[in-house]
Amino acid sequence: MTGTSSTRIPLRDGDWPDAPPSPESAPFVAAAREGRFLLRRCTACGKAHWYPRALCPFCLGETAWEEASGQGTIYGYTLLAREDPPRTIAYVTLAEGPTMLTSLVDCEPGALAVGRPVQLVFVRSRDGTPVPCFRPVAMDDLREPAAGE
Amino acid sequence: MTINGRAHIVGAYEHPTRKAPDKSVAQLHAEAAAGALADAGLSKDDVDGYFCAGDAPGLGPLAMADYLNLTLRHLDSTDIGGASYIAHVAHAAQAIATGKCSVALITLAGRPRSAGHSGTAARPVIADAPDSPWETPFGPTTVNLYAMCAQRHGHEFGTTPEQLAWIKVAASHHAQHNPHAMLRDVVSVEDVLASPMVADPLHRLDCCVVSDGGGALVVARPEIARSLKRPLVRVMGAGEAYKGQRGGEVDLTWSAARLSGPAAFAEAGVSPADIKYASIYDSFTITVLMQIEDLGFCAKGQGGRFVADGNLISGTGRLPFNTDGGGLCNNHPANRGGITKVIEAVRQLRGEAHPAVQVGNCELAVATGIGGLLGSRHGAATLVLGRE
Repeated sequence: MTGTSSTRIPLRDGDWPDAPPSPESAPFVAAAREGRFLLRRCTACGKAHWYPRALCPFCLGETAWEEASGQGTIYGYTLLAREDPPRTIAYVTLAEGPTMLTSLVDCEPGALAVGRPVQLVFVRSRDGTPVPCFRPVAMDDLREPAAGE
Repeated sequence: MTINGRAHIVGAYEHPTRKAPDKSVAQLHAEAAAGALADAGLSKDDVDGYFCAGDAPGLGPLAMADYLNLTLRHLDSTDIGGASYIAHVAHAAQAIATGKCSVALITLAGRPRSAGHSGTAARPVIADAPDSPWETPFGPTTVNLYAMCAQRHGHEFGTTPEQLAWIKVAASHHAQHNPHAMLRDVVSVEDVLASPMVADPLHRLDCCVVSDGGGALVVARPEIARSLKRPLVRVMGAGEAYKGQRGGEVDLTWSAARLSGPAAFAEAGVSPADIKYASIYDSFTITVLMQIEDLGFCAKGQGGRFVADGNLISGTGRLPFNTDGGGLCNNHPANRGGITKVIEAVRQLRGEAHPAVQVGNCELAVATGIGGLLGSRHGAATLVLGRE
């Protein structure tokens, strides 16, 4: 909207805060280490949800992991231009339906817009755990996804 | 069963301090309690119900009840963040209506200013909170989760930073008359837009102050209220609600006040058009705009136009709000603004607000709040109060 920072938003690979572990997130982390992005879908009502839960937030049915496309669009975001380096926090709506809290990385601030297509990129937290972030696609400076995770 | 007419707010007190490095949090709670009881004309020994939230030190209500050495038959430590104390008034009225207590004391206090806390800091990681494994790396903070709501509101409805700034401008017009307010200078839309961008599109002056302090309320049975010497402020209706990420069906354009507001108006038997004064929790300017829409003071998406051009300024605007200067200018004790919202509504209904901001013939007021994080998980509480 009125973000005026011209400083590029970096990947910050290896510099993301560590998340506390949980039995519910462990399979997601294990798959992410192999570069696979999982979400959970209900075996009873068929709906996908986020954040992943053992019990469906729509019907309390049993849920199961499935591999997701990693494609989505920006629902909303804020640019934290005062931070060094600048950072974002965002909601991205996945192609599979659910909207997830995340960060938009590896782009110019001017590339951020609601509705813009984005692609998953795993970056690493300080202890090396994969963190699911997104970068805008179809940009002039788009590069191959980082090898990393 | 309704709470309408079953309880009155008989005591209200806002601690005058805004920085208290030499006082304990418990002491501030107790000083606020003493102030509210003195305002009511009651003593500590009249209290038989106690209400507090997460700012109270110790386990739930137990440590503060012990510090105050209360004799209780009802306790409630419901915590929905800064909206808790608005909900506590409703819970107190429910407890009184069902005979569980007769005189309820509600306290809030804290000293985040002395402790150096602010809304731009990363929130503490609560290991077993189910969202922590999924959200901690992204550094969700108070301000950035509210900023995303403002950004999305602007995208969907064209709400501008200038319109949001008008909310701060109105608060500053009121704060100039409050000798206790932290920020007493009247500011302009240009001043707000020229202040540093904290989380796009929220500037520093879109954010509330960080202050030490506290407040307390006393709610009592109508027979007790009528035996006291203070003007009668009746609890007429209340609503309480919650909104989260809804399993991934995220929609940042409305708040839980869309549920709590209509419930409160329905119980009170009034409509938004009847309201003479509104205390609206102003953690950020967007918080006010969202609640104005969700309570039905204007249609969804029209909030930006509604708040512009001084429409919230007492004496000139259609909806006088936060005539103490609110959290944006006056006070935000414990980083929880709910209790000061009720306190200023009580002042207005009693005719005891500052003469420069007192609403004429103020017989009906609303106090409403959002607690927690508007952009992820929050609670809302709305209270309709009337003068008798």
